[in-house]
Amino acid sequence: MNLAYRDIRHHRGRFLLTCLGLGLLLAVVLSMLGIYRGLVADALTLVRAPAVDVWVVESGTRGPFAEASRIPGDTREAIARLHGVAAAGSLTYQSVETRHRGRRLRLQVVGYEPGRPGGPPRIVEGRPIARSHYEMIADRASGLLPGDRVRLGRNIFTVVGLTENLVSSGGDPVVHLTLRDSQELQFELAPSAARRQMARGTAPGSTDFVNAVVVRTRPEIAPERVAETIRRWRRLSALTRAEQERVLTRSVVDKARKQIGFFTTLLLVVSAVIIALIIYTMTMDKLREIATLKLIGAPDRTIVGLVLQQALAMGILGYTFGALLILAVADHFPRRVILRPEDGLGLGIAVFLVCLLASGLGVRLALSVDPAAALRG
Amino acid sequence: MTGDTGGRPLIELEGIAKHFGEGETRVEALRGITLAVGPGEVVGLLGPSGSGKTTLLNVIGCVLEPSAGRMVLDGETVYDGRWTRRDLRQLRLRKIGFVFQFHNLLPFLDSTDNVALVLDLAGLPVAEARRRANELLDYLEVGHRRHAFPAALSGGEAQRVAIARALANRPRIILADEPTAALDSSRARVVVDLLRRLAVEQRAAILVVTHDEKIYDRFDRIFHLRDGALEVERPLTRSRRKS
Repeated sequence: MNLAYRDIRHHRGRFLLTCLGLGLLLAVVLSMLGIYRGLVADALTLVRAPAVDVWVVESGTRGPFAEASRIPGDTREAIARLHGVAAAGSLTYQSVETRHRGRRLRLQVVGYEPGRPGGPPRIVEGRPIARSHYEMIADRASGLLPGDRVRLGRNIFTVVGLTENLVSSGGDPVVHLTLRDSQELQFELAPSAARRQMARGTAPGSTDFVNAVVVRTRPEIAPERVAETIRRWRRLSALTRAEQERVLTRSVVDKARKQIGFFTTLLLVVSAVIIALIIYTMTMDKLREIATLKLIGAPDRTIVGLVLQQALAMGILGYTFGALLILAVADHFPRRVILRPEDGLGLGIAVFLVCLLASGLGVRLALSVDPAAALRG
Repeated sequence: MTGDTGGRPLIELEGIAKHFGEGETRVEALRGITLAVGPGEVVGLLGPSGSGKTTLLNVIGCVLEPSAGRMVLDGETVYDGRWTRRDLRQLRLRKIGFVFQFHNLLPFLDSTDNVALVLDLAGLPVAEARRRANELLDYLEVGHRRHAFPAALSGGEAQRVAIARALANRPRIILADEPTAALDSSRARVVVDLLRRLAVEQRAAILVVTHDEKIYDRFDRIFHLRDGALEVERPLTRSRRKS
């Protein structure tokens, strides 16, 4: 006769409610793990999207994501001529805020040269940019649809295609424009400012700048070699893809990553304490029954089984509730939540161990119950 | 180890003493208790609060080791230095049935399973345990409440189910702690008469701790306990008992 099951069945409402509460807590832990993974993945999306091997940026900087970088627009031609370079493309990066259909829209604008490295990795709906001006490819996360018209700076752009899961390290959806449009957006002065500059006798500066040049190397050439060659030029810095990813994870999202990591650890500890308290309280509620069981001759394994099986059942049900909940709502988070099977499995094992350890307290309490307590009034 | 001991007492206590604490805090809970209860006997144990009734019940119930004295239960000398905690548990399971003041039924088991649990613990298959539990419940006239949980039972019904549980393993010794305290006088008499019937039919020794004067006349003998010592052993006449 399984006493744990019978007790749960008899108090199923209370037990399910407890599991639901625990499930909510575990859902928060899972969501934090997912947010953590999403933050790192988002941070690396922009680096990985162009699928390039070397990033060329302004000398002495670790741009274009960790630090500002500005290099002449003709750098790409010089780089493209280097030995081992298969293709090179110029890129600009810029955050803009606009309004669309009455709502505020924050976007990460990437300017690229169609036909060269640095463009959107995969268009899931619509078509690539075909005209040299005023067309854009937007990420689905922006809520924009093909055919939508959006004002950026002084110009209106038409959405012609959509990408998926392409956001900046800050979580802003990415839109791709032609390099020329993005340079105009980033470097060209507003007419009033240009007039003031003219009045001061200073001609408006050139807008032919880019933030980075990205390089695809030939398969037989190691990217480190190309990067090393570029570094010798002194006016430029070069980072391989691995270096760029390291810079992003260690500099750009490092604090957020640590913050979430600490918070997740704290949540795990809180969950462990709560599980232990619940199991302890559940055992406390049954002290008289345990004393009676002992008095009528139940062996210790029956008592231990009662506590342990309930603890594990609570852990399994709570975890299942939590996992189902987070799977159901993960897509509704404002930022990407990535639920990896290994994280889920890891938390599952952690919950199992916590239940096992926490039930130790309950088991200890149960085994210390004096059977004579059943005879006390 | 079980077996009919014929007229030999099922509970034999000889000079049983129990003290708690040492030095100035030493409390003599039981002092030289000597008594014997034979098969088919229903014996009452009376005494004011703090007189040592529950301590004596704990000692006979093998959950409290006496400080001195000799105790023989159904022919087995207990606490002679050979008994482990497991042995005592087995002894309780096989030979002693407990009836409590507040029935102490497990709230998450229905009547059948509360009774069947003891048989299950003794190693009987669950289906067989349930069949025998239902027989017992029918015998004690609470068979119609076999699927009811303790919370849904009346005081009398719950006590009958508790008695059925105490009898499930056909123990030779039944210890009852204030079994009628929560019952009105008519139900109290019914419960004690039931215990009397069982004592005779099962050749069991029944020791009842009680304060309930309404049932004094239902006992074969009454022991009075005061300050840890047996004061009086008062036999009752059959005629008075039956009145």
